[in-house]
Amino acid sequence: MNTIKKQVVIIGGGPGGLAAAVKLKKAGVDDILILEREHELGGILRQCIHDGFGLTRFGETLSGPEYAQRFIDEVKALGIEYKTDTTVIGLTKDKKVTAVSRDGLMEYQADAVILTMGCRERTRGALSIPGERPAGVFTAGVAQTYINLKNKMVGRKVIILGSGDIGMIMARRMTLEGAKVEAVFEIQPYPSGLPRNIEQCLNDYGIPLFLSHTVTKIKGHHRLEAVEVSQVDEKLNPIPGTEKEYECDTLILSVGLIPENELSLMAGVELDPRTKGAIVDEFCQTTVPGIFAAGNVLHVHDLVDFVSLEAEKLADAVARFVKEGLPKAEITVETAGFVGYTVPQQITGDADVILSFRPRKPMRDKYIDVYQGETLIASKKYVKLLPAEMEKIKIPAEKMVSGANIKVVTRDE
Amino acid sequence: MNRTLTCILCPNGCELEVVYEGNEVQSVSGNKCPKGAGYAEQEIKNPMRNIASSVKLEEGSMPLVSVRLTGPIPKAKIMDVMAEIRSASVTAPVKIGDVVIADVLGLGVDVVATRNVGRRS
Ligand SMILES: Cc1cc2nc3c(=O)[nH]c(=O)nc-3n(C[C@H](O)[C@H](O)[C@H](O)COP(=O)(O)OP(=O)(O)OC[C@H]3O[C@@H](n4cnc5c(N)ncnc54)[C@H](O)[C@@H]3O)c2cc1C
Ligand code: SF4
Repeated sequence: MNTIKKQVVIIGGGPGGLAAAVKLKKAGVDDILILEREHELGGILRQCIHDGFGLTRFGETLSGPEYAQRFIDEVKALGIEYKTDTTVIGLTKDKKVTAVSRDGLMEYQADAVILTMGCRERTRGALSIPGERPAGVFTAGVAQTYINLKNKMVGRKVIILGSGDIGMIMARRMTLEGAKVEAVFEIQPYPSGLPRNIEQCLNDYGIPLFLSHTVTKIKGHHRLEAVEVSQVDEKLNPIPGTEKEYECDTLILSVGLIPENELSLMAGVELDPRTKGAIVDEFCQTTVPGIFAAGNVLHVHDLVDFVSLEAEKLADAVARFVKEGLPKAEITVETAGFVGYTVPQQITGDADVILSFRPRKPMRDKYIDVYQGETLIASKKYVKLLPAEMEKIKIPAEKMVSGANIKVVTRDE
Repeated sequence: MNRTLTCILCPNGCELEVVYEGNEVQSVSGNKCPKGAGYAEQEIKNPMRNIASSVKLEEGSMPLVSVRLTGPIPKAKIMDVMAEIRSASVTAPVKIGDVVIADVLGLGVDVVATRNVGRRS
């Protein structure tokens, strides 16, 4: 097998990978290759047919396939090389990329590798529900693929476990297709999806959302016949005596997404246990020099617009990396209080930086303070903070003078 | 009367406090942009929504092509429009923006394709 040299290899042709490729090419980097395991470019957006994408990036509201097509058209117009039906199976810290396709094994040696593999759905919790394993249990994304891409309706009487956005979007989709969605059950005391989806996907169709509830038993032999649902206490344990049975032929799980990082681990990229994605600096560079990450593989985004913007920022940094190299980011960003994580986790302190973060629980009228050492260098008030919504805070370069580590905290007053 | 609404026009999802009398909105607060006030007014008078679905595709490389409306329709008409969409079919190839049903149910909006699909090879 001979090794093909490439300046930049992009793993994953979803919105993240596509946006990075277009921006890189425009920044004068010509020798780019996108590798995508599916038959078509576009990633998850191919199956997200509802609208609401693109307001931030394009100033208009588009469906997922339309949003993706804008980038695919640009990739084609710019003559960027891509291979579909090609799965990357190996990555080393020296940036050797091994892929398989119908043509067999291929090996590439890259100067820089961009990780944009996206995420997959969690099934956590659902696996431990007692009962048989009848047909009729799907993750929300799989149900979305069946209904939107394969024209197969998954069921008629539906229960949804988890209030993630994809589950709520599927509640509406299945209702429009004539199914009866009985209810959505969420184990946490707050919803995990966006308020606008609760409004337009559940409230519009009279679908009730029960917080602090979970499925405690699955019933049925060949096909699902019913689920038992219980209320949970503050420790999320089911409360005996609160069981209630719901007849249904379908259970949809929408219990979260998890970055797909097998390849990153293979290359020795260090992951952040909070995001389950790589630890990166403000250039989206991982702990392995020359390996970069953006989009859902880095941290789960709820809006594709921010995936594109993050990937475009990454592309600027990769262009700089291949031309002149990047400065080291030696300041660590720590979190405390109810700040769940930040991306990036490392910064140089040389330039303005925007930290993305999520709170660990819903809060109102809170301040987010950023300290360097003992000095307060940024602060912003938030009327509401929700785990479902990624927030941002800017740190100006001129405030970062001491070189000490940075801490992001919540404050009440 | 008072009502709390969630504006669905953009991902900010502002919580709107609306004071109204019958069909007349007297005040809206909580909106980060002027669009929210318009949304609240519409929502009190006659809620409008856009919908997305799929239409059967003959001779296409996929069995379906995704569609949406070119503008919002009254919420009460959603299921009627869905019935039209379900009974429609188109023949490949289709391109983004192709009109699948013009002026659906006389509501003044079209059902358009949101995806490029070629012919089955
Ligand atoms: C089921 C689902 C529904 C969603 N719905 C919405 C929504 O309605 N609105 C919204 O704004 N966001 C939605 N999201 C979030 C959405 O994922 C992001 O907005 C966006 O698609 C993420 O882009 P990405 O490029 O990071 O990942 P993806 O779109 O997931 O793209 C990753 C690509 O990498 C490819 N890939 C992975 N591993 C390999 C490998 N080893 N070799 C080669 N290729 C590989 C995959 O095939 C895929 O094409 C949804 C996410 C999921 C999972
Ligand atoms: S009021 Fe404006 S900013 Fe707020 S959700 Fe509506 S459109 Fe978005």
